[in-house]
Amino acid sequence: MSLVQRSNGRPYAKLASNLFAIFCGTCMWLCIATLVLLLWNIFSHGWGRVSFDFISSPPSIIFPEKSGIRPALGGSIYLIGLTALFSVPIGVGTAIYLEEYAPNNRWRTLVQTNIANLAGVPSIVYGILGLGLFVRALNLGVSLVAGALTLTLVILPIIILSAQEALRAVPHSIRTASHALGATRWQTIWHQVLPAALPGMLTGVILALSRALGEAAPLVAIGAATYIRNVPSNMFTDEFGALPLQIYNWTDHSDKDFHVAAAGAIVILLTVLISMNALAIVLRYRFSKRIQW
Amino acid sequence: MPANLEANLHLTDVLPHAADELSALAQKVATKAVDFFYGDHQALHGISLGMPIHRVTALIGPSGCGKSTFLRCLNRMNDMIEDTVVRGEILLDGEDIYRRGADVVELRKRVGMVFQKSNPFPKSIFENVAYGPRVAGIRDRGVLNEIVERSLKQAALWDEVQNRLRDSALQLSGGQQQRLCIARALATGPEVLLMDEPASALDPKSTAAIEDLIFELKETYTIVIVTHNMQQAARVSDQTAFFFEGQLIEVGATNELFTNPREKQTEDYITGRFG
Repeated sequence: MSLVQRSNGRPYAKLASNLFAIFCGTCMWLCIATLVLLLWNIFSHGWGRVSFDFISSPPSIIFPEKSGIRPALGGSIYLIGLTALFSVPIGVGTAIYLEEYAPNNRWRTLVQTNIANLAGVPSIVYGILGLGLFVRALNLGVSLVAGALTLTLVILPIIILSAQEALRAVPHSIRTASHALGATRWQTIWHQVLPAALPGMLTGVILALSRALGEAAPLVAIGAATYIRNVPSNMFTDEFGALPLQIYNWTDHSDKDFHVAAAGAIVILLTVLISMNALAIVLRYRFSKRIQW
Repeated sequence: MPANLEANLHLTDVLPHAADELSALAQKVATKAVDFFYGDHQALHGISLGMPIHRVTALIGPSGCGKSTFLRCLNRMNDMIEDTVVRGEILLDGEDIYRRGADVVELRKRVGMVFQKSNPFPKSIFENVAYGPRVAGIRDRGVLNEIVERSLKQAALWDEVQNRLRDSALQLSGGQQQRLCIARALATGPEVLLMDEPASALDPKSTAAIEDLIFELKETYTIVIVTHNMQQAARVSDQTAFFFEGQLIEVGATNELFTNPREKQTEDYITGRFG
């Protein structure tokens, strides 16, 4: 009797609740299944191809089984190193200015909104900007520096936003306490705020660099080499390749054996990406162990 | 009402003495007609208050009466809040701290502050206390050790932490953290100590420890304390100032103000009729 009365008002409430839970669960499993399928597909094709020779040999136009990724991997590593060199100081500096110095006015809001919007701009657009600005106007040519500067444009908004987030997470009472002890603004930022924000910043930086590592479109746009025999030795003049470009080049090939090489290169790319993410987690853990609120 | 009369007679017998003693002392900090604005909102109206040297001045009043705002004017912590304006004069040893070219960093070394919520840095106990001297440019290890030990002793914390100076300050209990914050404020060698409800988040035992400490510290420092706790104000302070709606309603020797307030509003507040 009481049961009937209670369910009278919303007879389908419990059913709707269960259906919704099932729907959400299905979505999650779809995601996982897709990911597993993708990884299985790549690893089953490419794993057999991964070897020391594969990593240390240059690619070949004619022999897929002799092809390696040395120039592409080398190019990618240089590219990420340079990108980090350009993007981290600029990104962290911008974040510190916006969070710690900029007065809270309309101008700041405008800049803030624009940075958030820039994070959503497709990377190919930055590629075209990089082609016009770095390759041509600044006459850097299709070089590692031009490529790294272009990738810097791509990931700068992400680095700024994540660094701001990390700075905002530092309790305000720490800044107040530091100022009350006669510390200058710079001393407060350097001795208190930055060490506390470092774990969060590092995570953001590494995730942004992972994104840069996987980018092909902006590099294609500035005209980076999809086929190259050597690791670049001069960052201002030499042509360069990158792993995503090598993969793109091989998957486009008519010879099916090159697709296997592409799968092998993807395995390497994924390994590097996962290692970078693992590093982010380890660093965050180690730094946050030192700083406990 | 003979009983009342008798009480009054008794008070007049004792109290002018306390008031005379206070007014005879030099004023370490003095404000003259201080107005304070948060944007369009005026939070303080013409506050003139002298704080005698080596004495404790308590600022009391209901929430939002401006006592904390006033306290934060004394070491210019309000500078950090955007869109605020201070008018009038605030004198430290006779010099206006808001004068053009005044060094805020130097001021804050001379006027230390302890906050309502203890806010130790997420660093070791040692580093917390050494931070002030360090940012002031002291590098010498021996000197730093000495300052840290002396400050922790002054804050009655040395015995509890001397064997664990390298431990994180955040492992200390709430009361210990607050005494650490006091030690940290003392380490810069201030002349004035501002305390913003330093014991409001602590248990009775820690509160008593802080109050004993204040009593000892006033030998060396001039202390200004904001408190919600009337008994605390009565226990620790020599002079009490009652704030209400941004005005300084009454100021006097503590025992005088609590036993024989001149203003009706003060009496209503200290007898618990409002606030």
